[in-house]
Amino acid sequence: MPTLTPDEWQALALSLKVSFWATALSLPVGLLTALVLARGTFRGKSILNGLVHLPLILPPVVTGYLLLLTFGRRGPVGAFLDANFGIVFSFRWTGAALAAAVMAFPLMVRAIRLSIEAVDARLEDAAGTLGANRLWTFVIVTLPLILPGVIAGAILGFAKAMGEFGATITFVSSIPGETRTLPAAIYGYTQVPGGQPQAMRLTLIAVAVAMTALIASEFVARRVARRIRDG
Amino acid sequence: MSLDVRLRHAFGSFILDVDFTAPAGVTALFGRSGAGKTTVVNAVAGLLRPAEGRIVVDGATLLDTARGVDVPKHRRRIGYVFQEGRLFPHLSVRQNLAFGGWFAPRTAPQPDFGQVVALLGIAGLLDRRPGLLSGGEKQRVAIGRALLSAPRMLLMDEPLAALDEERKAEILPYLERLRDETRVPILYVSHTVAEVARLATTVVALKDGRVARIGAAADVLSDAGAAPLFGPTEAGAVIGARVLRHDPDGLSELAAGGGRLLLPRVAAAPGTTLRVRIHARDVIVALRQPEAISALNVLPAVVAQIGGGEGPAVDLSLICGPDRVLARITRRSLIALDLAPGRPCFAILKSVALEGRESGETTAAFRAEDR
Repeated sequence: MPTLTPDEWQALALSLKVSFWATALSLPVGLLTALVLARGTFRGKSILNGLVHLPLILPPVVTGYLLLLTFGRRGPVGAFLDANFGIVFSFRWTGAALAAAVMAFPLMVRAIRLSIEAVDARLEDAAGTLGANRLWTFVIVTLPLILPGVIAGAILGFAKAMGEFGATITFVSSIPGETRTLPAAIYGYTQVPGGQPQAMRLTLIAVAVAMTALIASEFVARRVARRIRDG
Repeated sequence: MSLDVRLRHAFGSFILDVDFTAPAGVTALFGRSGAGKTTVVNAVAGLLRPAEGRIVVDGATLLDTARGVDVPKHRRRIGYVFQEGRLFPHLSVRQNLAFGGWFAPRTAPQPDFGQVVALLGIAGLLDRRPGLLSGGEKQRVAIGRALLSAPRMLLMDEPLAALDEERKAEILPYLERLRDETRVPILYVSHTVAEVARLATTVVALKDGRVARIGAAADVLSDAGAAPLFGPTEAGAVIGARVLRHDPDGLSELAAGGGRLLLPRVAAAPGTTLRVRIHARDVIVALRQPEAISALNVLPAVVAQIGGGEGPAVDLSLICGPDRVLARITRRSLIALDLAPGRPCFAILKSVALEGRESGETTAAFRAEDR
């Protein structure tokens, strides 16, 4: 098996890092959002639902551009974060992670929300009559039952983050070692003469990573489901 | 201990408007489907907020819409046994049972885990998952889980409705033991007269969202005016009878307040007090002591009350010693025999059904409170 060149390693490692943080940080928010959408009854629920799904239907370039306007150095949120916390997104890997997280968010929320809706709410009522408040009910009853869905949502989000291209390149460009993720690198190679072989090698790596993630998620989800079903 | 419930709640055109007080023991909330039974228990448990009402358990106000009191369900300490069990599928039976204990306040008297497990006969199931239990086993675990949460009282919403006859017969003795061996009051929802006759110390009969009758089980079930609530085939009185002896010909002799009863051999030692049910349709009324008939059980009686109702049949309440027995006869016979309150007669019992053990303790407690 041919070894990877330093450039290829750099792109792969960066993609994994960006996707990991994008998934890890958006998972709690996604879980909460899914919970609110599945169990909450409040005014403006459909607006929240629409906002969550927006990145799924907008052209990625638009999402990237909106991120640039908002989180860029001169954007309102970006300027605030830079001035007060020293957090900078533009042209940094953190920006790539943010773009990936935003793009992966709807898929993650959808998967988790479906699993929450599949949980019998009457079990949560039963937990309530046994003295468990809402937080404990969630921790002891709901969360274990939706764990396969949460894992599926996380893996789906991770896979989407790995493949994110449009919003990322619009928001943070493609800087080697900083924001040049696997898809950005592949695109770069296709744009230069004689770059086809490298593009092909990176493509195969991308396929391998995606397949590994999918198989791993299937495996984990099935194990968790079996443990829940019959111990 | 008592439960005070006053509720007003509307679902579309259906209006629930009930007001009752349940004493200790098993209070059966009886009514046909749609009478509002489940709404009442859900309101007591805090799963439903009624438009208007007040619920007080044992001095603790759980709901008072007039004063803005609404204790959340997890702080009400009401053990709820649901019709479909609702065991947590991802937890073992042991963990399901322990669940309530995790949240019970330390000050509450905690039932002993081993005792509850023994009472319900579920020791062999502890390490299993709910998915692998039979319907009857699930319900026993659900009852144990509710008991172990150290509840102020237990609510049981048709806990036997989803089970077949065999499974029902398997659980009923456990419910009797629960009634007799624990001090936890029970509000038991049922639309089955047999369950009410077997378990209840008090009956609250609901009809169309209102309380139609309330009282001691023996009184309500032998009330000729209430008989239509229970239906023509199911209406009938329950009385207590003590086992005297087992005869060699396969019959057991029991002493009821109004006389001796002969039943096919009962599985109880002499001296035990049992609860027997006498269906109204199984009682024949005679003016003279019948001779040369095959019926074994004939009790002297006095007509106490004549029920209303339409159609050719009419229900009579008969006084037999300290007990009351319900008889269902035709209107034509009523006129032919010229039956009226105060008239002595004889009740010929075509059959007497054994319902189970009489709960001496709780009945006595209820009667004492009632006076």
